[in-house]
Amino acid sequence: MHVICTDMEGKDHELLATEEWSIMEIIREGGIPILAQCGGSCACATCHVYVDPAWKAKLPEPNEEEVGMLDGAFDVTEDSRLACQLIFTKQLDGLKVKLAAGSV
Amino acid sequence: MTENNAQNPITTDAIIIGAGPVGLFSVFELGLNDVKCHLVDILDRPGGQCAELYPEKPIYDIPAVPVCTGAELTERLLEQINPFHPVFHFGQMAETLEKMPDGKWKLTTDRGTVLQAPIVIIAAGGGSFVPKRPPIKGIESYEGKSVFYSVRKMEQFRDKNIIIAGGGDSALDWTINLQPIAKRVTLIHRRDEFRAAPDSVLKMRALVAEGAMDLKIANLTTLNGADGQVTSVTLQDDSKTTHDLPCDNLLAFYGLTMKLGPVANFGINLHENLIPVDTSTFETSVPTIFAIGDINSYPGKMKLILSGFHEAALMAKKVFAYVHPDRRYRFQYTTSSSDLQGKLGVSDAA
Repeated sequence: MHVICTDMEGKDHELLATEEWSIMEIIREGGIPILAQCGGSCACATCHVYVDPAWKAKLPEPNEEEVGMLDGAFDVTEDSRLACQLIFTKQLDGLKVKLAAGSV
Repeated sequence: MTENNAQNPITTDAIIIGAGPVGLFSVFELGLNDVKCHLVDILDRPGGQCAELYPEKPIYDIPAVPVCTGAELTERLLEQINPFHPVFHFGQMAETLEKMPDGKWKLTTDRGTVLQAPIVIIAAGGGSFVPKRPPIKGIESYEGKSVFYSVRKMEQFRDKNIIIAGGGDSALDWTINLQPIAKRVTLIHRRDEFRAAPDSVLKMRALVAEGAMDLKIANLTTLNGADGQVTSVTLQDDSKTTHDLPCDNLLAFYGLTMKLGPVANFGINLHENLIPVDTSTFETSVPTIFAIGDINSYPGKMKLILSGFHEAALMAKKVFAYVHPDRRYRFQYTTSSSDLQGKLGVSDAA
């Protein structure tokens, strides 16, 4: 199973994905620099990613805490999510996300 | 406290850079070893990440404390180190470190405080908390001239057209404080909800309702201007429509981020922005400078508060040898040592 992460240069990386890991951890474990300063506790907005619109419907809606924390991110769009709050499951095999400015 | 500067420096045994949980616990371990400490932190209060990132979030992996919040952990550490009377220098960044002719260190902060000590302990975690810089092209050239991330003097905004960006307490507080003196204040936020004190949000909405200020729900995309003077910003709203809004100043409040900062220039070996240490003493490549907590690196390192506490204990033993070269190190337990209990001020209870 894998996740595709597009870096700031626009290059795609196919990353090995483990069930129950957050997308932030999968990106970090895959060797792609991601700030994620708070370590994944939804407290800093430095793991901001854009989810490919084709995958959006497969993800659970963000909770109020995540939506609020995105106030500390930049260039937030309707595709914006915090990667630490997205948990990988089998159904997300092939998920595509793009790193946002401020997360690297 | 008297004015401190190069002519009138503060002298102590150890300077701790960073007042997060690991810096705080160092005071305890060093105190038991008769080493007095001063702490410097860029934040305006103790706790480091525990105070800034997760004051209300639970921590479950502190031994014998099944659960506590970041704020509670900080409070308890302050109580624990209170017998050693640490001195805090908040709201300032450790900026330069120089070796003096007598071999001691002279640390100067960005506020001009000068501290001298034979020992420096870097417990700076992920680095200094500094304001997040919006990733807008060319923003650097406006910073400190017409674009700001904090307010030091309100007067400089008198009769100015100000745009304030952000949706938290800083953005709301400065909107309310600057509205009476500015020519016009426009608050920009990406959504029509605010994570700020409800009272501030009510005040802001009342000002908008009476026409005393503007609120725009949009993203900031471009800065327009020249020679450091911003003349307008370009906004994009939900419908992707863009328009320019004239202004004299932009104040952006998107929270804080961590940057290694001046520690990188202290002459210590670094590896990927972390400080390699000897794991028997937690000393860096420079003798008498130590690094503990998230900022150090060694084989097997785990960035846990727990690890930082352990590192502080080993560090303190080596520091004792430097500060009290004439004394022999004596290993003691707080449970049984009347000497340690005396230092903690609990001898009578023993």
